Amino acid sequence: MSINWFKFSSPATFYPLAGKLIPIFGVLTALIGIFGLYWGFFQTPDVLTDQKQYYRIIFIHVPAAWMSMWLYVIVVAWSLIGLIFNARLAYMIAAAVAPTGAIMTVLALFTGAVWGKTSWGTWWDWDPRMTSELILLFIYVGYMALRSAIEDNRRSDRASAVLALVGLVCIPVIFWSVNCPDPNQCAALHQSSSMSGIESNILFAMLTMTVSFWMYCFLVPLMRARNIILEREHDTAWVTEMLEVKK
Amino acid sequence: MFNIFRCIVMRDLTLAMRRKTDVLTTMFFFIIVVSLFPLGVGTEKETLRHIAPGVVWVAALLASMLALERLFASDYSDGTLEQMLLTPQPLTVLVLGKVLAHWLLTGLPLVLIAPLVGLQYHLSIESTGVMMLALLIGTPVLSLIGAIGAALTLGLRGGGILLSLLILPLYIPILIYGSGAVAASAIPGSELQAYFSLLAAFLLMALIFSPLATAAGLRISVE
Repeated sequence: MSINWFKFSSPATFYPLAGKLIPIFGVLTALIGIFGLYWGFFQTPDVLTDQKQYYRIIFIHVPAAWMSMWLYVIVVAWSLIGLIFNARLAYMIAAAVAPTGAIMTVLALFTGAVWGKTSWGTWWDWDPRMTSELILLFIYVGYMALRSAIEDNRRSDRASAVLALVGLVCIPVIFWSVNCPDPNQCAALHQSSSMSGIESNILFAMLTMTVSFWMYCFLVPLMRARNIILEREHDTAWVTEMLEVKK
Repeated sequence: MFNIFRCIVMRDLTLAMRRKTDVLTTMFFFIIVVSLFPLGVGTEKETLRHIAPGVVWVAALLASMLALERLFASDYSDGTLEQMLLTPQPLTVLVLGKVLAHWLLTGLPLVLIAPLVGLQYHLSIESTGVMMLALLIGTPVLSLIGAIGAALTLGLRGGGILLSLLILPLYIPILIYGSGAVAASAIPGSELQAYFSLLAAFLLMALIFSPLATAAGLRISVE
């Protein structure tokens, strides 16, 4: 049996597929999200030693931060596929994912600021992780600004794909340099993860919320991709046909 | 291949020498920005010494970024750039030549003017030397990374402000280690080797990857 790998690489076949997937991801986002929030609010300890109730921000904060970074990888991956196969749908998906990534970054920064105010007593501190997240936001903004500044679709697709790749090369260097402003002390650089010490119910709720966020990050870019397809392909035969059938 | 490289560099230098104001404006921009800070922050010796590394590097970042717009713009508007894309010589070499010429005209003047800033900010002789060396290694990286942005935003409306959005975040490592070196030089007995090694590593990396990305960007923009 041979698989046609490129079956859904055409906007005309992808559009209905996305239409079928959207309700599935919508239901998954809502159900898993409700379950995760329930677990996070009612099955976890009310008071952690010094964090009181505030620690519950973690159920939004960590998933948003993880998604913000993961979605940049997705943007780069689709840009790369677009450049290699010259597939216009791949660029459209990259364009659809980027705004959600930027929103996740803003959400992570905002919840982080609120959490920081409650537990450290300050809205903002130039801590390496916060700075990295802020820079990631700048890079998302630059990507979207370049995309919207170029009117010719083909040029904007390819130019922003090159920018995303350049960003991918630079981001590790940027993050490393933010983490370690004094290179003489970097031999001992170690950011310890607090994952192992976490209470199991909190961890469970957090991971559930992450899955819910992940589903959301399928849902909204798929919807946005459908809009982009309609906008760009509005003069093709299949779009006209489909819209006439709907009438 | 070296011939075409030299030819491009000489051509850009000649063109720039016929309109010297372009070179001078970048340098004066740098001096003005650096001179504004003491007026805004206050003129106490200690404060100035403390903020000098960051101020100098941020001013250098802005100056080299503002000059970037001109890197390909005039060649683009009169059609020379299209001819360059059609030549049989590799585009990366042409790009490298243009970037080198651009650095000689906008980056090198900043390195040479740096001692003046050292005086304004009461830096010691050693610190000023470190600052010049760091600028000497760091500013070519700024030109190289900036060239990618200049290629991608070629001929766009509001290209300058867009360019800053794309490029300034990518300049952060240079800013951190460039100003880090100057700040560390003020502390007696601190090791500076690592800063210069890192800056030089960035330079090598940019030398390899930036012409490739810039050439790809030019082909996309001019198409």
